[in-house]
Amino acid sequence: MTRTKIATVWLDGCSGCHMSFLDIDGALLDLASRIDLVYSPLVDRKDFPDSVDITLIEGAVSSEDDLAKIRKVRAHTRTLVSFGDCAVTGNVPALRNGVGAESVLRRVYLEPDLHTAQAPNLVVPKLLNVVKPVHAVVPVDVFIPGCPPSAKTILYTLTELLEGRTPDLSDRTRFGA
Amino acid sequence: MASDAVGALPDENGKQRLIVLENAGMIDPEDIESYMAVGGYATFNDVLQSMTPPEVIDQIRNSGLRGRGGAGYPAGLKWSTVGKALGAQKYVVCNGDEGDPGAFMDRSIMEADPHRVLEGMMIAAYAVGASQGYLYVRAEYPLAIKRLKHAIKQAEKHGLLGHNISGTPFSLSLQVRLGAGAFVCGEETALLASIEGRRGQPRPRPPYPAESGLWGCPTLINNVETYANVVPILREGAEWFAGIGTERSKGTKVFALSGRIARTGLIEVPMGITLREIIYDIGGGIPDGRKFKAVQTGGPSGGCIPAAHIDTPVDYESLKQVGSMMGSGGMIVMDDSSCMVDVAKYFLEFCMTESCGKCVPCRVGTAQMHGLLEKICEGEATLDDLEMLEELCDMVTNTSLCGLGQAAPNAVVTTLHFFRDEYMAHIVDKTCPAHVCPVSRKEAVQ
Amino acid sequence: MTRVVTLKIDDIDATGREDETVLEVAIEHGIQIPRLCALEGLTPVGACRLCLVEVAGSSKLLPACTTYVTEGMVVTTNSERLKKYRRMTIELLFTEGNHVCSVCVVNGRCELQNLAIRLGVDHMRIPYLYPKRIVDASHERFALDPNRCVLCTRCVRVCGEIEGAHTWDLMSRGIDSAVITDLNMPWGDSETCTACGKCVQVCPTGALFEKGMAVGEMTKRASFLATLTASREDGR
Repeated sequence: MTRTKIATVWLDGCSGCHMSFLDIDGALLDLASRIDLVYSPLVDRKDFPDSVDITLIEGAVSSEDDLAKIRKVRAHTRTLVSFGDCAVTGNVPALRNGVGAESVLRRVYLEPDLHTAQAPNLVVPKLLNVVKPVHAVVPVDVFIPGCPPSAKTILYTLTELLEGRTPDLSDRTRFGA
Repeated sequence: MASDAVGALPDENGKQRLIVLENAGMIDPEDIESYMAVGGYATFNDVLQSMTPPEVIDQIRNSGLRGRGGAGYPAGLKWSTVGKALGAQKYVVCNGDEGDPGAFMDRSIMEADPHRVLEGMMIAAYAVGASQGYLYVRAEYPLAIKRLKHAIKQAEKHGLLGHNISGTPFSLSLQVRLGAGAFVCGEETALLASIEGRRGQPRPRPPYPAESGLWGCPTLINNVETYANVVPILREGAEWFAGIGTERSKGTKVFALSGRIARTGLIEVPMGITLREIIYDIGGGIPDGRKFKAVQTGGPSGGCIPAAHIDTPVDYESLKQVGSMMGSGGMIVMDDSSCMVDVAKYFLEFCMTESCGKCVPCRVGTAQMHGLLEKICEGEATLDDLEMLEELCDMVTNTSLCGLGQAAPNAVVTTLHFFRDEYMAHIVDKTCPAHVCPVSRKEAVQ
Repeated sequence: MTRVVTLKIDDIDATGREDETVLEVAIEHGIQIPRLCALEGLTPVGACRLCLVEVAGSSKLLPACTTYVTEGMVVTTNSERLKKYRRMTIELLFTEGNHVCSVCVVNGRCELQNLAIRLGVDHMRIPYLYPKRIVDASHERFALDPNRCVLCTRCVRVCGEIEGAHTWDLMSRGIDSAVITDLNMPWGDSETCTACGKCVQVCPTGALFEKGMAVGEMTKRASFLATLTASREDGR
């Protein structure tokens, strides 16, 4: 039997959703026997694989790098899961949408009295002016709200998806949970 | 004589029928004697001396007169409800808060023949047992306000208003109240709230104003043109009036013709006349050799009727059948230089800005719909966006608190129905066939 | 004399007094209809449209909070159509403001948040509007975060009807509508506010809150309202 190929991706978020994922604890061992974790901040692989069954996306789309990444991920994923509030709603990263990227950079890098005040412009990806939830950029198949979603919710969702069922999350999690 | 009083457009083909506008432009609106010289206030005096209130209501009912403010509710039924309602204090209110883009019927009536409106209200007040009345007029109509106030003073001087009018037990005082520029105050419950000095926001009906209106008292509220029809009905008789128009829409209707048409202005036509007769025989057709595309009736709450339906008779039911409505009488003609998506966006934007903000679907739903329409005009929209737009149309129509929200999607719904190909052109082909929308400029750059 | 009528709500035989609303009678019979603006003890306004129900014989949907029960009425509170409209209403509310639940003082105890779960709203299909709204923390004890306001006007009503101060009101219209204190002056400068805190307790979201609360720390206590109105009625 071929094992289900799973990827997890970390865009603009705090990694709390990944931490909550690890909180599944013992159940991770059962899960490990049924899946192949082919790509993740938790594994050492640089390129997103060609065909992935389920990808969990943590974080909002907030930079040009995120944009390129999510498009690639979508193209190579069968079931895309918005994983946590940042991916589902924009959440905290989107707080800056009221003022725009430029003024955030100015406030953080230029206004404080630093020795060499300059906004980062090399190597680091350019910020998008508006932070967007994942589904505003590419189609998403499953949504898990929560900041972060509980380990139980994550396990339930994955189990349902592995069984080929559509998870019903209506009373298992919530925005901000 | 005040010479700026506007009458109806010239009637070369004999298609018009002047009842409401019979005096407009013919008398001096600032002189009560001039109104009396053409028989003014004789009807009121006759009614007061020789008819009982139920007899007056019967005449209105038998005439088949329906509310000219838009929805076409039978006036006689409304009058009799207020007449029967229990309460020592009752009110009559005239809705002069005309706010539809391209509409100036009520304005013209108030400016050209203010006494006619007052006389209609007096008869109504007598019929329903009201002793106090208000004319709610938008502040953007200073001339109408000035003339109505002046007319009230003159009527008071002539003993037509005040205590024990003409020695009868009937007393009435009328006052003008100014609207502060909110379209929603044309909605009757918002209008009443505004007269009471509260924020002009609608409330759910029932209770209807006929039962619980101003300060909780039974209140008769009709629009300017409805009141202007009262005098001729009682003067000439209900049968005479019922003989004009169609089976279910009696009498005449005043329209304000505007847009891409040779002659713009005020017209008064018998109900049942076709749009074609109005546009070509009275309005002189489309100028500059362009092609007729659609006519918008019913204001922002109405809809766009395409060329294929130009032979639709103008009556309450027929207009509704083609997805529009009679409305208060705005009629905006469009030729092939108009983009129907852009037109829909214009009317939706009007509703969005005029939403009072009380209920969620109207406040936020119209804003979201407007965003989607902008996206379509920019050429950035997908078919999913179109689907969402249609879902919002349905939701806002069915869940909004008052008529403003319930009708706000109409311009979108009717253009989607009749001109879906234009939406598709913007969304799929990324082009605006009339070269109006931003998408066509992008096209030119490429 | 007020008559007692019998009606059907979701196939349950129900009885109510003529002067009771569909919402009140439904609650008495254990049927919960979603709502945000209605609150027992305050004049209903029918603004949020969440409690719309279907009434046999009426082509329009009617707000349960302002519709009185009548003899033989047949009410449906939870059809697929109503559920669809309610979900959209929730989506409109979430996209209208800046409701970032994860950093809200009432996270976990918010009526809007709870309705989203209950009605199955797990993401917004329409774009967030990200309005610019300024927090007013000028009051000594309380603060207003208009980003989380749903314009239910419970604060306006409790202040006018129960406290009698009428500090709160509304300004602007349409999507720009906002609650204000006095004539849109800072809350802390208000001369009419009695600092009673009733507005804070009835607010369904984190728009009005007690200062010094961290995320998820605040519980709203609107129960005073029922007690207060009941004791006033007794005294009459």
